[in-house]
Amino acid sequence: MTANSAGAGDQDAILRVRNISLSFQGIKAITDLSFNVRRREICALIGPNGAGKSSLLNVVNGVYTPDSGEIQYGNETFRRLKPLDAARRGIGRTFQNNALFKKMSVRDNIMTGLSRHSRTNFIEHALRLPRARREEADFTRRSESVLEFLDLRAHRHTPVGSLAYGVQKRVELGRALVSDPTLLLLDEPMAGMNAQEKAEMAAFIKDINQHLGITIVLIEHDVSVIMNLSDHVVVLDYGRKVGDGTPAEVRANPAVIAAYLGATH
Amino acid sequence: MTLFLETLIGGLLAGTMYSLVAIGFVLIYKASGVFNFAQGSILLFSALLFVTLLEAGIPFALALIPTIAAIAIMAVLIEWWVLRPLTNRSAMTLFMATLGLSYVVEGVAQGAMGANVHALDIGIPDLPIFVGDLLISQFDLVAAITAIALVAILALIFDRTRIGISLRAVADDTRAALSVGINLNRIWQIVWTVAGITGLVAGLLWGARQGVQFSLSLVVLKALPVLIIGGFTSIFGAIIGGLIVGASENLAEAYIGPYIGGGITSWFAYFLALLFLFIRPTGIFGERTIQRV
Repeated sequence: MTANSAGAGDQDAILRVRNISLSFQGIKAITDLSFNVRRREICALIGPNGAGKSSLLNVVNGVYTPDSGEIQYGNETFRRLKPLDAARRGIGRTFQNNALFKKMSVRDNIMTGLSRHSRTNFIEHALRLPRARREEADFTRRSESVLEFLDLRAHRHTPVGSLAYGVQKRVELGRALVSDPTLLLLDEPMAGMNAQEKAEMAAFIKDINQHLGITIVLIEHDVSVIMNLSDHVVVLDYGRKVGDGTPAEVRANPAVIAAYLGATH
Repeated sequence: MTLFLETLIGGLLAGTMYSLVAIGFVLIYKASGVFNFAQGSILLFSALLFVTLLEAGIPFALALIPTIAAIAIMAVLIEWWVLRPLTNRSAMTLFMATLGLSYVVEGVAQGAMGANVHALDIGIPDLPIFVGDLLISQFDLVAAITAIALVAILALIFDRTRIGISLRAVADDTRAALSVGINLNRIWQIVWTVAGITGLVAGLLWGARQGVQFSLSLVVLKALPVLIIGGFTSIFGAIIGGLIVGASENLAEAYIGPYIGGGITSWFAYFLALLFLFIRPTGIFGERTIQRV
């Protein structure tokens, strides 16, 4: 694979980040950032803490509005996309500090992920009209298959708040996955996991990417995981892009080494 | 012993009505994060509308339909004009907005339907009956059963339907709910409608006893101690809080009242709430908020 050069060509890109800048009360979080994510690739965002990685995901799914620049997703270009619209267009998302519904069961959490596919209204639900019942059956089937895929069936009725952290991460992935997304944004899906849990999670992510054809943008700190898992790496430092290419290219890039891969400052 | 039991049961039954009023607050607090000061005015508005329709000769069951429709329309308008523009503002800003809203709703209600006291007969005689040895108000009994039935229906909706799952999701984590594609604005409209309907039921029960009039909107003030005791975030807490307030103020009136000249029911709930604020400020079932530093 060749290096992804931002802006130009790249017919196959599903997500184009163009000249995005974002600041919070004068403090710059992201400065003039551009890169493309190709359809069906796994793209990793790496960089030291505070480099602007999570902020970038928040721009892509509309939590933050950038000061300037735009996001192109598929054929649509946005200055500002609202989280609800992002979800409806098939952008799934997990958060750095799990944003699960802690008091609800695993199954109910997964069910919420199907909201964007609901075509029935409150009255139909309350009266259990046929259309609502069919949809309910369909949603139950989809939820069950995700529970099975992520090996969560044993926890089906457990309140999420009482599960181990690593399992919660999997539930959050499931909630994003059940919505049948086109693009998945995963913010540190392996944070706080031990080596075995990381390997399992990496395998799930690989599976989702290869068998379901879902494009993935993920943030991760563990360099060995990144190098094995991703097709494309974008390196950020102080809100600027300092590297963009295949894992091998990025590893060889002196600016990246200086910023991130262990050189002393 | 009989007196004690009668007083206790009478208090508990009256308490279910407090619970009903408080539930309307909890629903909105959980979904929109605001103590809805306008709940009392909305209650007054819907009860007034219902009684006006009855007086126009529309039968009871038929009058419910336009009343509930009016509540739903009001919920949608409030969501459009008040909640949506104030999204992400502080809880205090939202509270002030509902304070203003309460005057608007009250003004519209009284402007359109007058400020007279309307008698409301919902067909339940307010006469005591004997249950075993105990003398119990028939009206309180029916009111309590109505309240319990309504709570059971709400519990079923919350627990069993997908809309219930969405409601709980919004209450649990609004940001996450948005990111999975739950339409927050639609949820607000539904919750304010459902809260309005519990208000309507409470308003009709209270109105049947003391007449449908302006003072109905003051039940807000009685809901406050119930919420402080039960916790703002728990429907179950609102139920228990209502029962505690109802029972304790009745018992206090019967047993302490004679020594200090009566009139205890008007303030005992607030006294109790004050005690709770000292001992357990989040209420019995309220969530402790943990602030990260």
